[in-house]
Amino acid sequence: MSNEFYALTVNGIRHEVRDAWAGESLLYVLRERLGLPGTKGACEQGECGSCTVLMDGEAVCSCLVMAATATNADIVTVEGLSHDGEPTDVQQTFVAQGAVQCGFCTPGLIVAVHHLLDRNPNPSELEIKEAISGNICRCTGYGRIFAAVAEVRDQRRDVGGR
Amino acid sequence: MTVINAVSLREAMQALRDHPGARLVQGGTDLMVEVNFNRAAVNDVVALRQVNELRRWHVDDGAGNGAGDGAGDGTNTVRIGAGVPYAEMERAPLSDLVPALAQAARTVGSPQIRAAGSLGGNLGTCSPAGDGLPVLSALDATVHLQSIDSEREMSVHDFMVGVKKNARRPDEVIVAVTLPIVAGFQGYAKVGTRNAMVISAASACLVHDARAGTVRLALGAVGPTVVRARRAEAWLAREASLRGAVSLDDATAREFGRRAADECTPIDDHRSTAAYRRHAVAVLAERLVLRARDHVAGGAR
Repeated sequence: MSNEFYALTVNGIRHEVRDAWAGESLLYVLRERLGLPGTKGACEQGECGSCTVLMDGEAVCSCLVMAATATNADIVTVEGLSHDGEPTDVQQTFVAQGAVQCGFCTPGLIVAVHHLLDRNPNPSELEIKEAISGNICRCTGYGRIFAAVAEVRDQRRDVGGR
Repeated sequence: MTVINAVSLREAMQALRDHPGARLVQGGTDLMVEVNFNRAAVNDVVALRQVNELRRWHVDDGAGNGAGDGAGDGTNTVRIGAGVPYAEMERAPLSDLVPALAQAARTVGSPQIRAAGSLGGNLGTCSPAGDGLPVLSALDATVHLQSIDSEREMSVHDFMVGVKKNARRPDEVIVAVTLPIVAGFQGYAKVGTRNAMVISAASACLVHDARAGTVRLALGAVGPTVVRARRAEAWLAREASLRGAVSLDDATAREFGRRAADECTPIDDHRSTAAYRRHAVAVLAERLVLRARDHVAGGAR
């Protein structure tokens, strides 16, 4: 397949990408061509995690995905985590716990935490730290973030998982 | 620029033949950094992300059963597709089969990077700091290459030819590596400026082959390609007892580290200095051989 245009499936919706340079990163295409600016870009070299999205269920750095190679992938961005227009439990708990300061790293962290809790409903503190080791926050010192993740874990356990 | 999304190995090889000079991309964690920072003049790209054949691995027994890649000398081997992500190497069952590879995989970038990065990418980029490469060197891995009309395999030592240079022909795809399943301690250790999310300033992989009575040591980021400390290995085989268990005293371990440091050729660069890297190699080699000794003493056979 070559690509005068290509199509991406993002948050369950098929988007056609036209007149784009084929080397563009998924991060760039999401933000600048598909109008999905929730995913943030900072380092553009896979160090900071602010561009984290789900691709076929795996958390990846969208800055390191050539968008035109992701034509068969199921892509979920931070905008696609909620299905009812309300903030997810992870988002609500980040707010309640004060895990958000400047907020730039928050979308990537929210995606990474959803990814963690969906595959490991009962993570230890070490597993939480490992799961978000690729998401850099320069404001919070991580304390409130760890607390928020632990609280969501416990909430979900109390309601029998969701 | 054209991106060709191959959906089979055959399609990828044909695309490489049809588009001379095309770049191969698997996970994108190396190529996209070049692209994002305008370091690469990328023309055509053949993407392997959708080639499922490259994402499989299997064990061959020493009789050459399995899919036919066994060494045929009684050594069981594992053949790992070039596109298998590090995330899969970190976990059982691969982590039980090749512990050093799992340890190295866990030190690669972040979970996001490990979901994308692969041995094919590590070999294709052939950076001396590639975390998987000392493991492949210490295990004397075989690299499998295929083009639309040829197929060959070569020792990883012949494959890595220089800084970001390898023996792959432009029309070839790195399809897999084969590693022996070795009884005995395996360890990987690296030094950087912090614990997580760091590219090696120096790294080392030590493999104890309990049956053969040998210890093999490969060093990363301290030479143009991975360095095998063969003189230190031979010295240790004379000075220590390596059959079954590793038996040596602390002074021998220290001297092993010192000799390993003599065999590397580090440089000063933005990540570290030659002097520090040489020091780090001595510490890492000593530490790993002591772990090999204590591993057996701990009763884990």
